[in-house]
Amino acid sequence: MPDAGPSSAPESEAPLLVVDHASKSFGAVRALEDGWIELRRGEAHALVGENGAGKSTLVKILAGVYRPESGRVLLDGVEVVFDTTAQSHAAGIAIIFQEPTLFPDLTVAENVFIGSQPLRSGRRIDRRRMRREVELLFDQLGVKLDPDRIARGLSIADQQIVEIAKALSTDARVIVMDEPTAALTQTEVDRLFRVVETLRARGAAVLFISHRLDEVFALCQRVTVMRDGRHVVTEPVAETSTQKLIHAMVGRDLDALFPKVVAEVGATVLKVDRLTREGVFTDVSFSVNAGEIVALAGLVGAGRSEVARAIFGIDRPDAGGVEVNGRRLPPASPNAAMAAGIGFVPEDRRQQGLVMPISIERNMALASLDRLRRFLLIPRLSERRFASEWATRLQLRYGRLSDPASSLSGGNQQKIVLAKWLARRPSLLIVDEPTRGIDVGTKAEVHRLLSDLANEGVAILMISSELPEVLGMADRVIVLFEGRISGEFDRSEASEVSIMRAAAGVATEAAA
Amino acid sequence: MSASEATVPVAQRARAHSVAEAIVRFRELGIVLALVIVVGGTAIDNHLFLSATSLQQLLSGAAIVALLAIGETLVIVTRNVDLSIGSILGLSAYMTGDIYVHNPHAPIGVVLLAGAGLGLVCGAVNGAIVTLCRVPSLVVTLGTLYVIRGIDASWAGGNQVGAFSLPDSFNSIGYGKVFGVPYLGIVTIICVAAATYAMRQFRPGRDLYAIGSNPEAAHLAGIPVDRRVFSAFALSGLIAGVSGVLWLSLYGSVDSTAGTGYEFEVIAAVVVGGVAIFGGSGSVLGAALGALLLNTIANSLVVINVSSYWDQAFQGGLLVIAIAFDRLISLRLAPALRTRRSTRAAG
Repeated sequence: MPDAGPSSAPESEAPLLVVDHASKSFGAVRALEDGWIELRRGEAHALVGENGAGKSTLVKILAGVYRPESGRVLLDGVEVVFDTTAQSHAAGIAIIFQEPTLFPDLTVAENVFIGSQPLRSGRRIDRRRMRREVELLFDQLGVKLDPDRIARGLSIADQQIVEIAKALSTDARVIVMDEPTAALTQTEVDRLFRVVETLRARGAAVLFISHRLDEVFALCQRVTVMRDGRHVVTEPVAETSTQKLIHAMVGRDLDALFPKVVAEVGATVLKVDRLTREGVFTDVSFSVNAGEIVALAGLVGAGRSEVARAIFGIDRPDAGGVEVNGRRLPPASPNAAMAAGIGFVPEDRRQQGLVMPISIERNMALASLDRLRRFLLIPRLSERRFASEWATRLQLRYGRLSDPASSLSGGNQQKIVLAKWLARRPSLLIVDEPTRGIDVGTKAEVHRLLSDLANEGVAILMISSELPEVLGMADRVIVLFEGRISGEFDRSEASEVSIMRAAAGVATEAAA
Repeated sequence: MSASEATVPVAQRARAHSVAEAIVRFRELGIVLALVIVVGGTAIDNHLFLSATSLQQLLSGAAIVALLAIGETLVIVTRNVDLSIGSILGLSAYMTGDIYVHNPHAPIGVVLLAGAGLGLVCGAVNGAIVTLCRVPSLVVTLGTLYVIRGIDASWAGGNQVGAFSLPDSFNSIGYGKVFGVPYLGIVTIICVAAATYAMRQFRPGRDLYAIGSNPEAAHLAGIPVDRRVFSAFALSGLIAGVSGVLWLSLYGSVDSTAGTGYEFEVIAAVVVGGVAIFGGSGSVLGAALGALLLNTIANSLVVINVSSYWDQAFQGGLLVIAIAFDRLISLRLAPALRTRRSTRAAG
């Protein structure tokens, strides 16, 4: 191990980890047909593919959650079988799951060390050391989080950071990151990348799963593409291109990722006037016109989602007001917001956008019950007709409309949430991170959908942490920094540099 | 220029947040405060409430419920519930009486071991059905509550074992004292202290909290979820079995109805003591203090001449208030925690 340099792992050496022709099915669904991956020491290896390509199943095999029906897992050239997650941990494999898996009632420090807390005499937990080590990890990640606070209420980005700290704490040899950057801002992503470099220098292998191909090229040495549960290709990133990867992932070429059409701008739909919620955001004023897509950009924690929540009436603002189509909304009333024609697609679709255990059709109809209702009853048939109409329009990929929403992939779940609100024909649609954790193909569809909506005259307020998305989609960009508007740019003025400067608070004087 | 304006509300929020968190973290203090108010208020009405005999009664009376509350806390913290403890206590108490009827010179150690063994078996059955068959514990232990009570009833029939059948050495556990402190009180205090410490300081204890807080994540973190849940039920049963023996030594006579309804008294104590009914948080110390508080209120009602019929209404009311309080705190706390990234500097 000491001799193995960061990027100079000799070819002759046996690979650190190999998943060899693994397969796994659930009932009739073959989630993994022929999974193959090879990780070398000191390598950052990307695993890409559309949702449903079998990446998550492969990860869960490494985690000891699933046992493959056929095929083998080789660690250091020796076949290993993980029956439990504990065995996978013990073998030096750490996994950062896509959905944060924290314990809300435990402290941040305990969350990092659960099951492997540092001990002192008598097998007692050494809390002081635990705290110190967590602080060290957070310093390494460059974040300020109180190790003693309970995890309940942490933002998704902070939860992700705790997950990353958890994986780093174990001195693992193989670190699997399933979409670790989905909720992070650029600064946090940069820090994560530096951590990955440190891990590589230690001789660990990092399996990096991401839908952001630019990150794949920036971070990884090799990339493996999967499609329909099968291994498609593994090659050095230096020998491939975004276009080639996308082609391998979807089996066809995609047109431009952001099919933005500039629509005709109509009357003002939303007018936000000096909206303030103490300690969260201050004096936020802007407007959105019909046919316009306005992006709300900024770092995570700048108050973007909170502004959206206040507009929709979830949180009560301390001062200021919201007007829709010239009429002032009563504060803190989502019902009034809906009646005024606002649709809201929240950031956390699993928690706030969907009722996971109930069927696709019911989820879709949920916001339109008043229209489907006959007296006090909701006829099943009209619910189904309604759902299948929208499923076709949004090109939803599903088994049966009566399947639970949880059976769908992330991208298709997002389409249900969109359908739910689109069916109400909103005059203003607020979308919070509309494409987070969604594969490229579906992402383009969501973008096209938003673009079409704007064309039909819907005003769209979009919150996004992905700069390419903001630049590609928005007619105007409003940037928040620590709860205040720090910049506003037209499509022509907006650039990565101008937005990042405003988001970091650099351009404050210029904007004010 | 705007920096000072911006920091003021943040600091206030930080303070509000830390106060809210302190209430949650030191829930035990609140119960102690309630205890002081109840005892003080009653003592003003009747100073005998603070006499040694009265305090001894308070302690002994609360001891059994507090012991049972230890086991119940272990189970509730894992997002489960054990309704069978009252029946286990009853069966163990009757078995103890029966041992003495047939064998008047049985050593106390053997009797305690028998009670513990019986409880352990009952608890293990609960745990096995919950973990192996994936049946919700509410259903499993509601079933075993009746099954065990049925076994007790068919064994005891209409029989009653009275104090005259029990050796003096045994009865003395119930009323004996060291320096004026009842044995039962001492045993309970030691057990509560040990369990509180263990739940805080050892990995298996933390595992129980983790399981109750997020079962799915506990599984992914490599925690042996089933083994821990099984152990919690087994321990709860064991404690109920031992409590049955102690119960008999305190009350001196037993029939087939012994311990009926104890499960609800214990769950009320646990919840009033700040253990979240859906798992993940709360302490054994809090649960034991909850038991002491409920018992003290019951006694104080007698002292201030409120009909004892009101006792149950008070207990029920307190239970609802405790749960409502918990919900309120977590509802108020969640936004306070969400609004900003807590920093080390602030903490």
